[in-house]
Amino acid sequence: MTTDLTRATAAELADLLGAGSVSSREVTRALLDRTAAVDGAVHSYLHVDEAGALAAADAADRARAAGEPLHALAGVPVAVKDVMATRGLPTTCGSRILQGWVPPYDATLVRRLREAHLPLLGKTNMDEFAMGSSTEHSAYGPSRNPWDLERIPGGSGGGSSSAVASFQAPLAIGTDTGGSIRQPAAVTGTVGAKPTYGGVSRYGLVALASSLDQAGPCSRTVLDSALLHEVIGGHDPLDSTSVDAPVPPVVEAARRADVAGLRIGIVRELTGEGFQPGVQARFDEAVQHLVDAGAEVVEVSCPSFTYALAAYYLILPSEASSNLARFDAMRYGLRVTPEGVAAPSAEQVMAATRDAGFGDEVKRRIILGTYALSSGYYDAYYGSAQKVRRLIADDFDRAFEAADVLVSPTAPTTAFRLGDKLEDPMAMYLNDIATIPANLAGIPGLSVPSGLADEDGLPAGFQVLAPAMADDRLYAVGAALEARLTAAWGGPLLDRAPDLSEVTR
Amino acid sequence: MTTTTGAEATLPYDEAVAAFDPALGLEVHVELGTATKMFCGCPTEFGAEPNTQVCPVCLGLPGALPVVNETAVESAIRIGLALNCSIAEWCRFARKNYFYPDMPKNFQTSQYDEPIAFDGYLDVQLEDGSTYRVEIERAHMEEDTGKSLHVGGSTGRIHGATHSLVDYNRAGIPLVEIVTRPIVGAGERAPEVARAYVATLRDLLKAMGVSDVKMEQGSMRCDVNLSLAPKGSARLGTRTETKNVNSLRSVERAVRYEVGRHAAVLTGGGSVTQETRHWHEDTGITTSGRLKSDAEDYRYFPEPDLVPVAPSRETVEALRATLPEPPAARRRRLQDAWGYSDLEMRDVLNAGLVELVEETVAAGATPAAARKWWSGEVARRANGEGTDVVTYAQRLGVTPEHVVELERLVDGGRLNDSMARQVWEGVLDGEGGPTQVADARGLELVQDTGALEAAVEKVIAANPDVAEKIRGGKVQAVGALIGQVMKEMRGQADAAAARRLILDRLAPG
Repeated sequence: MTTDLTRATAAELADLLGAGSVSSREVTRALLDRTAAVDGAVHSYLHVDEAGALAAADAADRARAAGEPLHALAGVPVAVKDVMATRGLPTTCGSRILQGWVPPYDATLVRRLREAHLPLLGKTNMDEFAMGSSTEHSAYGPSRNPWDLERIPGGSGGGSSSAVASFQAPLAIGTDTGGSIRQPAAVTGTVGAKPTYGGVSRYGLVALASSLDQAGPCSRTVLDSALLHEVIGGHDPLDSTSVDAPVPPVVEAARRADVAGLRIGIVRELTGEGFQPGVQARFDEAVQHLVDAGAEVVEVSCPSFTYALAAYYLILPSEASSNLARFDAMRYGLRVTPEGVAAPSAEQVMAATRDAGFGDEVKRRIILGTYALSSGYYDAYYGSAQKVRRLIADDFDRAFEAADVLVSPTAPTTAFRLGDKLEDPMAMYLNDIATIPANLAGIPGLSVPSGLADEDGLPAGFQVLAPAMADDRLYAVGAALEARLTAAWGGPLLDRAPDLSEVTR
Repeated sequence: MTTTTGAEATLPYDEAVAAFDPALGLEVHVELGTATKMFCGCPTEFGAEPNTQVCPVCLGLPGALPVVNETAVESAIRIGLALNCSIAEWCRFARKNYFYPDMPKNFQTSQYDEPIAFDGYLDVQLEDGSTYRVEIERAHMEEDTGKSLHVGGSTGRIHGATHSLVDYNRAGIPLVEIVTRPIVGAGERAPEVARAYVATLRDLLKAMGVSDVKMEQGSMRCDVNLSLAPKGSARLGTRTETKNVNSLRSVERAVRYEVGRHAAVLTGGGSVTQETRHWHEDTGITTSGRLKSDAEDYRYFPEPDLVPVAPSRETVEALRATLPEPPAARRRRLQDAWGYSDLEMRDVLNAGLVELVEETVAAGATPAAARKWWSGEVARRANGEGTDVVTYAQRLGVTPEHVVELERLVDGGRLNDSMARQVWEGVLDGEGGPTQVADARGLELVQDTGALEAAVEKVIAANPDVAEKIRGGKVQAVGALIGQVMKEMRGQADAAAARRLILDRLAPG
């Protein structure tokens, strides 16, 4: 077992804490020190809560000393994406319009983390309101990929993925509307899971697209994600769309890592053309590892996936245009008074604030969504997109008759360079081609590292999809693959990432 | 001839309805009397300090999510059933998107093309006793907005104000909006139909206990849509929507005013502007509000944060079983049971005496006595104090049992009618119960027939001409003699006995 607390997995830390070998304060202190050392270069955090994290760590240590029954992860620190409302901690969603807003309430997910005694290290960076695949749309500057600081850490949850990949946190919370947990995991060589829609409460998750958003775990191992998933999952009466059923047995599945006899479906539409050769090669090898572990491979076709991106970019902006309407300077956040207007009306203040407070990508999507919902266009755009959504769900239903899980590369490429796709929204959107269908259908998905692409030496991701509420299958497949690949590599993939303490010195 | 009232010209009402057929549409918003708001657990009490009944959900804070108030849904279904509507087997909420400072999310969670209740009707009774059936297009659920207070202007309106204050206590209060189909064919009686509809609806909702329906507090608000078509034409004209007409009387007046105003515009060769209008209670006129063009686009779409509402048929039938007797049916039943004429029933209704009469009859009085004693002197005194009979009687401690006791004193022969009136006055003066008052005032019919016979003899002797008429067969003249006998007896005689004695003497057989 490693002695560097920052490099230990959450499960390892849980064992050390349980055995009394270390205190939560020591773990938390080590991680905060790591952040102080490397985050100037990586920029994973928008806000680090040193005092709050240490206080929570002390509380966890006291609870343990008092013999209170504790969750396995009690005392293990976690970073939280800045899209989750945190009482007493700034919550900006990566936007200028929420600069300085401190929520008076905790998201359900955050409350569950606190109740389980996981110290909150801070709030992680993200594309503004989770719109993007690179964190370049954050109003506070991009996060960087620990594998290559000139490259993107994925998005929108690049703050969480880079924090985990750069050993600033063993665990992080992400949210995934079209791939914002899985794609960042893929390009940083980490693990990320998007649970079944409704599996984790959205109460307190600042909505991008209500029918697509889902919060989930980020970590360096499959088991760690399962452990975190278990803490945050389960029914919440404050979220009407929350599933009223027990959390699937994700931890057990991750520990057993059993794929014997499992039917693995390769989605024809999500391989081959358009995927970087090195990414495709690692994917093919990963499939072979699963076959070696006893799985059976079938090929399935999901013809409607061709329309997924188009449907997604109508549904998401439509919902977003309405969800973001509340940012109007009347009650919280930024307030900008228009220049040269003697006695501005409420409407003029709203307009000036929204103009100054929202970035270009947010404005682009608000305009798109407002247009798509307009009378006379609704049926052609929003209505048609909902029909495509139904067809995609039907495709999944059929595919899951032939296969227990579906697999694909998580993202078509490895991490691209900062700035490369900033001026080409379509190229940026295409990064989510393989992750979007799961959000449209509400099914769970997980990304696990598949290795480094030959052409650039950067991490590639392997995506597993399962039927709704069969999240445990993701963890079984992910853990089985992880075990075989780690053995083949002779250690975790992240051991090959650059040592940032050299870079930042 | 066109006259000018306030800012705009109006045609006299009679001329207007001679030339045009009004078409009405009424939209009534009802605040439900649930303990908590539509989508969160905040209390709904009226009159609390501003912004004390709020939470992340009804303030629309980032990340907060709505959860439907099941009691509100049940109330909406009950309202639909009471209005003879079909209840949706499956329906959704929708977002109505527009920006306004008192709307926390800048969309209102409402229902659009899938209302909880639709295709119903409400029968309303008009002054002349005829019934008009108002067809209900839909009743849907939604949340109320906050309330803006504009400060610094002269009239509390936004124009001229220096700043505005917003109270979000009202934001998220459950509303049901009830929309009629166009009410056509009422002709000159359109204002009466409008008023009768709103009054009937108010009584119905009150009887159901779903709302306190206080128009003056805004828990029931009415928007009046009106258009005119040339007499005999089937085509609907351009409509205006007069907002927040908040009393029954104003509903009637607003319709009348708009009929006259539209008619003046149309006969003057102009065309009516499609717009919302503000009703002014004080001056009785409407003024132009914002233009309501077809370009107004609320970009409705199904609310993704809520799951569909799908009441089972068993639930709907169980809710139907909780409906009280409809007010109109109840009125008919009581009128039949009490044997009142239409006029008598209407008087009792208008005076708000139905419940009191019902209690009094239940306590043992005859319906005639109940009506008689609660509508005469009591009503006059209550009116004089600017209150209603029920409140007045309650304050005095006068009860249905007092009426029963009074009637027993009359039936038992102790009091005649005029004495009973005196006793009732004593009761109302706070002198005690009827027996107590009669005792204290020494009111009792004289049972001594000798005294009565003597008085009869005396009066016959003193009125030979009247006596002669009665002997000649003009029996109705007896009244004059009875009156004199009563006077002779200082009122304490049994008028029926006096009559019998006089006729025995003058017209036997």
